[in-house]
Amino acid sequence: MSTVPREVAEEAAGAAAAGLKDRAGVPHGSGSGSNGSGGGGAAYRPAGSRQGQQRLERALTHLGLLLISVGFLLPFLWMVSTSLKTLDKTMAFPPQFIPDPVVPMNYWTVLNSPKIDFPLFTRNTLIIAVLTIVGTVTSSAIVAYGFAKIKFRGRGVLFAILLSTMMIPFPVTMVSLFSLFRWLGDHTPVQWLGTFKPLWVPSFFGSAFNIFLLRQFFMTIPEELSEAARIDGCSEWGIFRRVIVPLAVPALTVVALFTFMGTWNDFLGPLVYLQRPEQYTLALGLQAFQSQHGGTEWHLLMAASVLVILPVIVLFFLAQKTFIQGIATTGIK
Amino acid sequence: MAVREITAPEKAAPAAGAKGRRGNLYRSPGFWGMIFISPWLLGFLLFTAGPMLMSLYLSLCKYDLHTLQFVGAKNYEVLLTRDPLFWKSLRNTALYVLFSVPIGLTGSLFIALLLNHKVKGIALFRTLFYLPSLVPAVASALVWQWVFHPDSGILNYGLSKVGIQGPAWLVDPDTALPSLIIMSLWGVGGGRMIIFLAGLQGISDELYEAAALDGAKGWTIFRNVTLPMLSPTIFFNLVLGIIGSFQVFTSAYIMTAGGPDNATLMFVLYLYNNAFRYFKLGKASAMAWILFAILLVFTVVQFKQASKWVYYEGGEKE
Repeated sequence: MSTVPREVAEEAAGAAAAGLKDRAGVPHGSGSGSNGSGGGGAAYRPAGSRQGQQRLERALTHLGLLLISVGFLLPFLWMVSTSLKTLDKTMAFPPQFIPDPVVPMNYWTVLNSPKIDFPLFTRNTLIIAVLTIVGTVTSSAIVAYGFAKIKFRGRGVLFAILLSTMMIPFPVTMVSLFSLFRWLGDHTPVQWLGTFKPLWVPSFFGSAFNIFLLRQFFMTIPEELSEAARIDGCSEWGIFRRVIVPLAVPALTVVALFTFMGTWNDFLGPLVYLQRPEQYTLALGLQAFQSQHGGTEWHLLMAASVLVILPVIVLFFLAQKTFIQGIATTGIK
Repeated sequence: MAVREITAPEKAAPAAGAKGRRGNLYRSPGFWGMIFISPWLLGFLLFTAGPMLMSLYLSLCKYDLHTLQFVGAKNYEVLLTRDPLFWKSLRNTALYVLFSVPIGLTGSLFIALLLNHKVKGIALFRTLFYLPSLVPAVASALVWQWVFHPDSGILNYGLSKVGIQGPAWLVDPDTALPSLIIMSLWGVGGGRMIIFLAGLQGISDELYEAAALDGAKGWTIFRNVTLPMLSPTIFFNLVLGIIGSFQVFTSAYIMTAGGPDNATLMFVLYLYNNAFRYFKLGKASAMAWILFAILLVFTVVQFKQASKWVYYEGGEKE
């Protein structure tokens, strides 16, 4: 078990798939060389013992990382392993790690199960996700431009209000939003409950977190660029559209990716707003699948879980650099 | 601001030299500022401020989706004085936050410190540790339900290998809540770890070198250089961590439905049940306001305390 990740690790290290710079730990780096270890472990000693100590430290770090990563990976492996077992082997004791026999048919069974309509639920999830992404990215970018690049009276207060809304999570407003959408359905011709609308329409009004993220990014774009465009007769909208947006594509991609993950993973929203099974998202469908099976057919449940998880993992690996940089920047205020 | 100006074609926006009232309006930053932030402002009124006020009113009513009757502070009175489940859910959630956040933050920081060393395969390890936080909450709830399975789960099998008779985890009222806490450490650590790592990499090497020249060693350097420099990142993760874990819902809803014996009845789960299972929407709204008040107090206190321990390099930072 322990040798596999190490081999893969060494390959992947060269690829430097993720975006953060790895701290260059060249030993005895002079001048601005980086010898500082974050753990504060690298003590400055006479040269001879220092190298030995560094080697020991590195070995211990490696060992620690390997042990922890085994712990992090076990649930994944356990899930995949179970998804390939027969029903009676799932309950075997001691548990089998390598399924015997291997039953990839479980995935086929799940994909064709009448209890979870994968194609339909995937389609539903994607529709909501695409609409939410379009709404969030456009509206958040527009609002962020207003907060980042235009000075106007009341901006500070409004921005403080925006930040403080991050403290109001969905559970706080869900009851009245539900009542509101229900009331709208009863008193106007447009139905909201039991449709996708409550899930995506609000995204067209900006999301506080993403506005904050994009504002921080926009503020790093030199004011001279906007100023030059303004002198050339560009309107504020023109500056936003033709100067800022093209420069902000990486940040907008981050927002789009996070929004996709958020929609794909959202459970409480669909649970509250969607009513009929043919509208279910994958998350909701997976839960319904579980409650119908009463927690017995673990091999099928795990296969279904793998199928729901797989797309986000694939997406992550395709856009890993953007992801990691995006998360990293959220923490740096 | 009249509709006329808003709908006027964009091309009409005059260059700097344009004259007339409309031109002035177009050039006024206030006008454009409000235009640009208007989607959020509208959304704030429609989807945040409005619903907050509405739920404040609902919390003073008896409401079952059909009849609405004003009852004053009765919902609050019932919750606070006559509803043992409310207190149970608050206690469960408080314990969850109390353990999940500090252990989770320490764990993520520890892993980030390990990753901040130059060792082979860092990129792969970083990916591995981040992976669990990508997993949809429903899926991770199912996977962990299976991991925690008393007879066929891998956790108890592992424990039996080292001679420990594992507990019944989710099925036992004594271990159900700890089970959810253990699971939370797996699920949300990844994002925090990446943020910590970015914070660690933002600490300049000169500080470490200066400390080392002064003869400082491992723990002293960590205590006096790493921690203070990292404090804004810790603060960020702490505030968001507390707000996030107060909302724990999906794992409890799917894995235990609040049981056994209400041992995992979380605040938001009880709120949800009141609203959508018992159709006591007034009571649920009162719970929503109590949740908001709790989050508000926690966040304000943390920001007040922040000046004592959070160090911002170069003074004010936005």
